[in-house]
Amino acid sequence: MKPRLKPGLSFTLLAAALIVVPWILRWADMEYCLTQLTMSLYYAIVVLGLCLVMGYAGQVSLGHGAFFAIGGYTSAVLTTCDVSKWQTAAWLGWIKQSPFCMAREDLFGNPILTLSPWVAFFAAMALAFVVANLIGYPALRLRGHYLAMATLGFGMIVNKVILGTAFTGAADGINGVPEWNLGLGLTVSGKRALRIENYFIASGLLLLLLVLLHNLVRSRVGRALQAIHDRETAANAMGINTALYKLKAFVLSALMAAMAGVFLTHYTAGIGPSEAGALKSVRYVALAAAGGMSSLWGVTGMSTLLNYMSLRGLFGSYDNAVFGLLLIGIVSLAPEGPLKPLARLLRRFVGACRPPNAVGPDAARPDNGPARRASDQTQCLFP
Amino acid sequence: MESGNLELQYFLSGITKGSIYAVVAIGFNLIYSATGVLNFAQGEFVMLGGMVAVTLARFVPLPVALAGAVAIVALVGCLLEILFFRRLQRHSILHLVIITIGLSIVLQEIALHLWDEKVRSLPYFTGNEISSLKFFGAAISPQVFWVLATVAVTVVLLHIFLKYTLPGRAMRAGSSNPSAAMLAGINIANMRTLAFGLSAAIGALAGCVISPITMTHYEMGAPLAIKGFAAAILGGLGNPMAAVLGGLMVGVLEAYSVSRLPAAYSDVTVFAVLLLVLFARPHGFWGRPGGESVREH
Repeated sequence: MKPRLKPGLSFTLLAAALIVVPWILRWADMEYCLTQLTMSLYYAIVVLGLCLVMGYAGQVSLGHGAFFAIGGYTSAVLTTCDVSKWQTAAWLGWIKQSPFCMAREDLFGNPILTLSPWVAFFAAMALAFVVANLIGYPALRLRGHYLAMATLGFGMIVNKVILGTAFTGAADGINGVPEWNLGLGLTVSGKRALRIENYFIASGLLLLLLVLLHNLVRSRVGRALQAIHDRETAANAMGINTALYKLKAFVLSALMAAMAGVFLTHYTAGIGPSEAGALKSVRYVALAAAGGMSSLWGVTGMSTLLNYMSLRGLFGSYDNAVFGLLLIGIVSLAPEGPLKPLARLLRRFVGACRPPNAVGPDAARPDNGPARRASDQTQCLFP
Repeated sequence: MESGNLELQYFLSGITKGSIYAVVAIGFNLIYSATGVLNFAQGEFVMLGGMVAVTLARFVPLPVALAGAVAIVALVGCLLEILFFRRLQRHSILHLVIITIGLSIVLQEIALHLWDEKVRSLPYFTGNEISSLKFFGAAISPQVFWVLATVAVTVVLLHIFLKYTLPGRAMRAGSSNPSAAMLAGINIANMRTLAFGLSAAIGALAGCVISPITMTHYEMGAPLAIKGFAAAILGGLGNPMAAVLGGLMVGVLEAYSVSRLPAAYSDVTVFAVLLLVLFARPHGFWGRPGGESVREH
């Protein structure tokens, strides 16, 4: 087995790198880049969750944009809807005194009374949890293309319901979402003064979820998911409750998408219906594929990089074309993600020490011999 | 009396839309049978067909332009297979599907930069925008009959091709058992190229006949691909005739929903029904569940 950096060390290195970025940008006088970087870190959380479902459990979801939107919209609706008009209700008088509510001014300076972002956050997570279970329980019995269609259809339904409903703002979306005071002096907000702070909130959240997933895929659950990925029927025969594990992975990743939705909605102070669009969901899947699908590091890195480039508009009107070409290039030349071939190259030059970013799923199986081909890992996705 | 005509009007508009979805779904099915891949660029073939035909129609008579568009797009389909799918033997199905997503984005961008973002359309094949035929009290544009006739003829010809001609039978043999077909002397790789070409040609033809009604636009491909995908899944993958029925069902359902609910909810109805069908029948109406072994392969 080749020597590799300990996970603890690689996470420390990543954290150090994330901390250094704002200072470098400040030194280069490019601090404005942090805004897009923060947004792409939040989007990376969605793709990271998808990585668990696709790369580890071997199930396709073309509906993750919908979970992002469910999170974002629940939070946006609850924190912008003025509840003071229902003050006559007895229970509301009580709630008004409680910390669940927040009196503030809307965009036009009128005083309004809305639910606090924390309440909205928990409501959003609860709703995403319920919806993910409701849709995941029947849908995950489907295989391959049929599952892809079911999740795509679910995403379309959510998108069109948002577009056709008045209180979600129809095609305009929702504006004027307040900032979110997390406590400990941290505030999720798009204000210019809080740019660095918000970058750290996003990267801290991403790092936390990365560590959690890293541990999860190396646990009993992770091994069960991998068995389902490789051959579902065999996993079933070995006594793994495949339906339950698939559902758990799906719900967990849906919650991650919803969480990213809540944070990003507070960060950008609004959300629009395109977040739930089919193209958005397809793009998440494409980003996960471009990152290598079962490589947590590769997926995080690629999705942050590609999203950042397109949010900054580096390629102007050729943005989609560049994305499509990159996608085709990466998936056809390096289906296991760009990190492993890079790591191989690096190793050839540097020597025995493997770089930290090459921690792939095969680390869970140290006795597996040489790294398996990418096609082996995903062959059974469509039996 | 009046409402009866209205119902017929909605029904016919549903059948028209549905027949286009059916054509896209047939394209999905041809490529799925040959390669196991769902080709997300299928909608782009429809768009390209319309675009090329509109451009050619400026220089040559309409029938020649249509034939030219179909031939050019078929060539594009064959080229995609030869350039990508023939070479990517070791890639998993999911990776190939992702590549078709990439191809669809790139084709769309090429169309955007080759032409522009304007909406364009072919002239009506017979008559014009305001001419209509009375059909049991419903007013129908003559182009609708062109669409229906083209789709019907295509489906019949395709059926005859797959069932009774040597290349068609070779294609079916290749999809039902590639190794056995190879042993029987069938060139599987060429059959896949043929499937891509055929599927692109059928898509392009659909793109031409609907162009006067729905217009042609560089972004029209993705929504059509999603509906065609839904139609193929509803019918059950691997069976082009089931795809036709699936397409018609999706179209009629959509038109029915438009007649009863706000227009924004037409997709909600379609996909809600699709989900319910899938939950009850996990392989669509006419799809067959594939057996699976537990052996390592």
